[in-house]
Amino acid sequence: MPAAIEFHRVTKTFGSVAALTDLDFVAPTGSVTVLLGPNGAGKTTTVRLTTGALKADGGSVRVLGLDPADDDEGLRVRSRCGVVPPKPAFYDQLTGWENLEFATRIFDAEPEAARRAARRFGIDHALDQEVGGYSTGMRTRLALARAVVHDPEILLLDEPTAGLDPESSRAVLELIAELAGRGRTIVMCTHLLHEAEGIADQVVLMDGGTARAAGHPDELAARYMPDPVVVFDAEDRERLDVVATLPGVRAVERNGGPVHVTFTDLGVLPDVVADLVRRGVRLTRVEPLVPTLEELYFRMQRTHREEAP
Amino acid sequence: MRWRHVRAVAAADLRRLLKSRDYLVPLTILAGIFFVAVPGVMLPLIGAAERSPVMAQVGEIIGTLPESVRANIAGDTPAVRTAYAFAVYLLAPIAIVVPLTIAAAVGANTIVGERERGTGEFLAHSPLTVGEIYTGKLLASLVPGYVATAVGFGLYSLIVNLTVGRSLGAWFFPTTGWWFLIVWVVPPFIAIALGIILRLSARVRSAAAAQQASTLVTLPVIVASYAIASGLVFSPATSALLVGTVAWIVAALVLRSGARAVRRERLLGVAADT
Repeated sequence: MPAAIEFHRVTKTFGSVAALTDLDFVAPTGSVTVLLGPNGAGKTTTVRLTTGALKADGGSVRVLGLDPADDDEGLRVRSRCGVVPPKPAFYDQLTGWENLEFATRIFDAEPEAARRAARRFGIDHALDQEVGGYSTGMRTRLALARAVVHDPEILLLDEPTAGLDPESSRAVLELIAELAGRGRTIVMCTHLLHEAEGIADQVVLMDGGTARAAGHPDELAARYMPDPVVVFDAEDRERLDVVATLPGVRAVERNGGPVHVTFTDLGVLPDVVADLVRRGVRLTRVEPLVPTLEELYFRMQRTHREEAP
Repeated sequence: MRWRHVRAVAAADLRRLLKSRDYLVPLTILAGIFFVAVPGVMLPLIGAAERSPVMAQVGEIIGTLPESVRANIAGDTPAVRTAYAFAVYLLAPIAIVVPLTIAAAVGANTIVGERERGTGEFLAHSPLTVGEIYTGKLLASLVPGYVATAVGFGLYSLIVNLTVGRSLGAWFFPTTGWWFLIVWVVPPFIAIALGIILRLSARVRSAAAAQQASTLVTLPVIVASYAIASGLVFSPATSALLVGTVAWIVAALVLRSGARAVRRERLLGVAADT
């Protein structure tokens, strides 16, 4: 797939603070890329550089083959991007419809497109109300509708579920998945690991203004958690201590709950189970671990800390 | 420059202003006080105070004015002459601060306020050029100032002519000097005030700070209006043409400088001090 967004060794500083340092990442066309990282990792700056709202100090940014920092090319980039900022702001004295209508005029879109977008995001019932009276969830839905009135090729979502209740968050994530299904390129910033689960084609782990790792969650799992992990539990968990001494077991991790056992080879698992049963351990759970993004994230963090000079 | 985009920016700001009671009410009260209440109360009182000792004192003060100014004060009696002097030389130059204040308040809100409210982020990511954003916001800020000038001085003229003009036997306001002031001099001063706000928008963090700084324009415009209306230096028409021309040149320079201050990163609020 051709790249919709390419960052190559991009740097950006604000005064003495380095927001981005040699950031590299590529978002393929039609993919969902999740920029994952703690606050201050440089995610919002990345979004702002993508549209050309900010200009990089160094390196190269290409979006849809264009340079967003260039005056003319930047206008073409911005007309093909939709952005949902972390705290969507509107003209609060105007109604939802007036805010959407303003967006259609700026993006040269048809007013009917605004109505369709409002319906799609379930905010059409409140378009006659002033936005100042909207709840956080309604504002986010309106921001999503505003971001797609011109049917953008790239959708940049910066913490789109911040401050939302779980139900609204889920609705937003489902809508993102729907847009991705329609072939739009989506970049979503989040520090909430569970949000990226299931919708990410690519995860870019950002920290300190740079990409620590990038790839499909399965690739990252293979890279950072290459050895198979099996979850063991027993009626008497104390008796699981013995598993660390069995052949084929590389590591045992226990945090008060079920034991996570890392094997050198999953082929020894039947022997380990048989050995435990022979020793009188009454097993209640033996289950291969499919690493969650959260586990992956912390494993990657730990790996990079260990590798740091 | 795509004018449909400029109109969209200006229309959104004006629509928002018309719905903002917290802005409209105080500004309307301010205009009402200076253009309607003060002349509506003071001028009839002066006319009715023919035998008051205060009137004699005011008459003495008028007598100390330069000959060129005294020659322009119409009226047969001290009370009428005093009311005329108040209407043309005292109240009107003070009322001229109203359109400036309104333009400054609206300008600060529409331009610096974008950053305060966070709405600048949407504009920064939009396909509008910086020039379109700037021009749209400038228009939205100029219109209320000019409307306030036209409507305010229209009402002021009506009150002055119905009170003092009746005693003089003719409607006299706006005088020649005031016509020039309203049409040729006040508009560039409004533009200068907005240019200052735009220029300062890069330096200050709040709309209130930008608005306060723009009030620096107020004093020169009061002095200029007094000098022009009274014909203190040249005839009212000549001095208005001179002052207005200089003011338009300054306005063009200040607005050009202000245009350079509008940048996308400043709409985001990340580079206010750079």
